[in-house]
Amino acid sequence: MSTKIKEVLFKPVFDENPIVLQILGICSALAVTSSLKVSVVMCIALTLVTAFSSMLISIIRKQIPGSIRIIVQMTIIASVVILVDQILKAVAYDISKQLSVFVGLIITNCIVMGRAEAYAMKNPPIASFLDGIGNGLGYSVILLILAFIRELFGAGKLFGFEIFAVVNNGGWYVPNGLLLLPPSAFFLIGLLIWALRSWKKDQVEAPDFKISPNSSEGEAV
Amino acid sequence: MEHYLSLFVRSVFIENMALSFFLGMCTFLAISKKIQAALGLGIAVIVVLVITVPANSLLYTYLLADGALAWTGIDGMEDVDLSFLGLISYIGVIAAIVQIMEMFLDKFVPALYNALGVFLPLITVNCAILGASLFMVERDYDLAESTVYGLGAGVGWALAIVALAGIREKLKYSDVPVGLQGLGITFITVGLMSLGFMSFGGIDL
Repeated sequence: MSTKIKEVLFKPVFDENPIVLQILGICSALAVTSSLKVSVVMCIALTLVTAFSSMLISIIRKQIPGSIRIIVQMTIIASVVILVDQILKAVAYDISKQLSVFVGLIITNCIVMGRAEAYAMKNPPIASFLDGIGNGLGYSVILLILAFIRELFGAGKLFGFEIFAVVNNGGWYVPNGLLLLPPSAFFLIGLLIWALRSWKKDQVEAPDFKISPNSSEGEAV
Repeated sequence: MEHYLSLFVRSVFIENMALSFFLGMCTFLAISKKIQAALGLGIAVIVVLVITVPANSLLYTYLLADGALAWTGIDGMEDVDLSFLGLISYIGVIAAIVQIMEMFLDKFVPALYNALGVFLPLITVNCAILGASLFMVERDYDLAESTVYGLGAGVGWALAIVALAGIREKLKYSDVPVGLQGLGITFITVGLMSLGFMSFGGIDL
């Protein structure tokens, strides 16, 4: 049993990572990662939403009619997200302002929907809860790596505290402004995918076309 | 008139849904392998955005906003603030409109229905649609403004996905490093496109 729990929890982190392998839930991964503090809040929010919505859906999975299951899932997810949104507004108002629409967009985050549809509809509540946590972790790992790189090298800070003394304040580090801009998130995810796939070869996609090698030595001359 | 024109241009280029807010990324990356499919999805997104953003704008102004229920004339209604129900109502409206549109197209315009195929139901979970409604509320657009904004956001998104599909169709003949094949190189391409779209950022309308 314990090995099964471990598998449900940790498989999504590296082997079936929702972001880099399944391309799910990328929108927020790109938009909120310019600061580590905001990303941590986003990760916690998403993990909790995925876990609890999977559990709730799994509890009533036998009562949900197949034809309207998407709407039922949406409603449950939306309710959980509203709860998270209200709690955030009450506890951490500044961060909730910074996240702006992205908390609301957890509803349409494909990770949540995908887990509900693919796992929670077929498995008991506790396993679904763990699966939600696991996928949340997989998402969080990528988000935190991105935010770490972007905030450290883009602003010389971590969690808002200065790590590298920036030139503007009389220090030595010239911040790389590109890393704070949106496109850098794309480059970083691209490189992250490259790194992960060099490590785990079975995730490599087959090319549509193969470039044939030069057929003979004399041809190129 | 000028105000609406500048809002339109701004939402297409400067505040492009896909390339500067990263909304609708899942479908953006998944369905951009062929121009034909990308175009179909782009058109579907435009149509749905033009209908749902104004619909949600009406819903917000007359039902959900703080004191919006004052028009009912019932005592005490002017203090009611239902804005916390926003998320669930918007997604409900979007799901319902997509469903109605699907049935309407199936009955009256079967050619378009067949062309759009599986993309229509997919649109419900496209975050660009919900995102546009949320931005509309956050920026206090009125009905006319939100229609223009919906159209602009849709056109911008469609433009971005068709452009990406064009690049990817060319890209499949190139010799990409093994680990970067497929998804990896697509991300880098989108990053470069996004960098290109940032050059519109300085334009002030």
